[in-house]
Amino acid sequence: MDAIRTENPQAAKKFWSPRRKEALIGWLFLLPEICGMLLLNVFALLFSLYLSFSEWDLLSGISGIKFIGIDNYVKMFQDEAIGKALTNNLLYTVLTVPLSIAIALVMAVLIHSKVYGKDYFKVVFFLPYISSIIAIAAVWSVLLHPSLGPINQFLLELGIQNPPKWLVDPKTSLLSIAIISTWAGIGYTIIIYMAGLANISNDLYEAADIDGASQIQKFFKITVPLLRPTTFFLFVTMLIGSFKVFDIIAFLTEGGPHNSSTVVVFRIYEEGFRNYNMGYASAISWLLFAIIGILTAATWKMRKEDAA
Amino acid sequence: MLALRKNASRIIITAVMGALSIFFLIPFIWMISSAFKFENDVMRFPIQWIPESINVVYNFKAVWMGNVPFYLFYFNSIKVALSVTLITLVFSSMAAYAFTKLQFKGRDLVFLLLISYMIIPAQATLIPRFMMIRWMGLYDTHAALILMDMFSIYFTFLLRQFMMGVSNDFIEAAKIDGAGYFRIFWSIMLPLCRPVLATVAIIKFIWTWNDYQNPLIFLLDKKLYTIQLGMALFRDDYTNNYAIMMMASLSAIIPLLIVFVILQKQVINGIALGGVKG
Repeated sequence: MDAIRTENPQAAKKFWSPRRKEALIGWLFLLPEICGMLLLNVFALLFSLYLSFSEWDLLSGISGIKFIGIDNYVKMFQDEAIGKALTNNLLYTVLTVPLSIAIALVMAVLIHSKVYGKDYFKVVFFLPYISSIIAIAAVWSVLLHPSLGPINQFLLELGIQNPPKWLVDPKTSLLSIAIISTWAGIGYTIIIYMAGLANISNDLYEAADIDGASQIQKFFKITVPLLRPTTFFLFVTMLIGSFKVFDIIAFLTEGGPHNSSTVVVFRIYEEGFRNYNMGYASAISWLLFAIIGILTAATWKMRKEDAA
Repeated sequence: MLALRKNASRIIITAVMGALSIFFLIPFIWMISSAFKFENDVMRFPIQWIPESINVVYNFKAVWMGNVPFYLFYFNSIKVALSVTLITLVFSSMAAYAFTKLQFKGRDLVFLLLISYMIIPAQATLIPRFMMIRWMGLYDTHAALILMDMFSIYFTFLLRQFMMGVSNDFIEAAKIDGAGYFRIFWSIMLPLCRPVLATVAIIKFIWTWNDYQNPLIFLLDKKLYTIQLGMALFRDDYTNNYAIMMMASLSAIIPLLIVFVILQKQVINGIALGGVKG
């Protein structure tokens, strides 16, 4: 008995060398994240790729999945709503990204070094970002009410005869959404810029002062070039983010009126979860994935060329 | 003279920015003021910033003790956001520990794979994730929301960045004292990471709390709704009673506002951290 007792642990010790043990523990620690990755990314992506070549209405069970080749993709290129969604996404990007970056940059510089009560401004501009976009959107939807809303009543008071109907007019629905999300998101952009500004050494500005540089010169010759990496980061994040916009549109307009504010992610939602065209919705998902992949690759290339 | 001019320009810029900041505060002030009003007074113009007649008790009751009362949404949101935050903290810090402080074959490959999956937009995998949840029998449960949100490549990455900066001396010393891997992880690594863990926790909580898309897709039963879905419900139920809608908005925003006011430094620094490192 004794012999076995002493032998076994020794044998175990040999097999479980410290390196093997460390590897086992390592994989154990990684296990949850690996499972998550396999389930939510690898499997999900492959499954959606397969579905995108199939026709399926969800209700008929797995046996109801019918392979139909590239029909979904052909349909997608002829679908007017998809075309509208793509142009809207582009328009939304153009309306929100450059303006947010420009405004936030100027505001961050002013808050960083040119105002009293820095913390007050940081907090106030950040309030909308921290608040839920749904609650914010609810407030704005009432403020922008076409006939009774305070904003249009104010515009009428100013003597503007036909103030815009904002969210309910196809001409202004997307613009209204762009305004609300810029308002809600600018605090984030300001905070990131301020973190970037904190890393710029004061010596540079002092040297420029000695050379007699003006404020404007300092802004364009020191601040803007040195914040380039931050601007790049924000540009990429916001560009990609603008193609993922969904919550605010789903809550405020549901893509309407007449698809005037529909976007790619909303098409996925509508086709998949309202019309139960799981195959077609998956094809649109791959369109979204392709767009984001191309944008990511393009911006990576830009960064590399920039660094070289 | 120069100093005087500098001060003058500082005052002017502060005033201009102050005026601009009002533009960011006004919707909040209007929301609060409307939540106190009678239905018919909300849209009266010019705006009564301080309501003449107050109906806050009625509005409060309608929101908090109505058909589907708000406290239920609160309970659901807290339950989901807390679970997601806790599990994310554990999973992400475990992975980050393995990625930084344990040596084994394949480690860096897994990390590379994980990072490369960060570019997959969650919206692009909505359909298959919905199907998986149905097959698992988790449709219309909070478990579905928790399962969808509890893995975070982004926070794993953030924690890994931080843990790389933790000196190995602590770990070597503990090893000599005979501490095992779990002990080292739990009683040395995690306490050293406390500031960044707090940041991750706050941000993950806020994101989960504010999420609209996942609850919209994975929940059906109104009793399970989170606050954001509850907001949509109120909007549809009280289409024209803007006072009640504003009370609901106020109720949805208030807890995060309090968290933010108390922890503003941590929240702001946490958000900035993601930006600088990314």
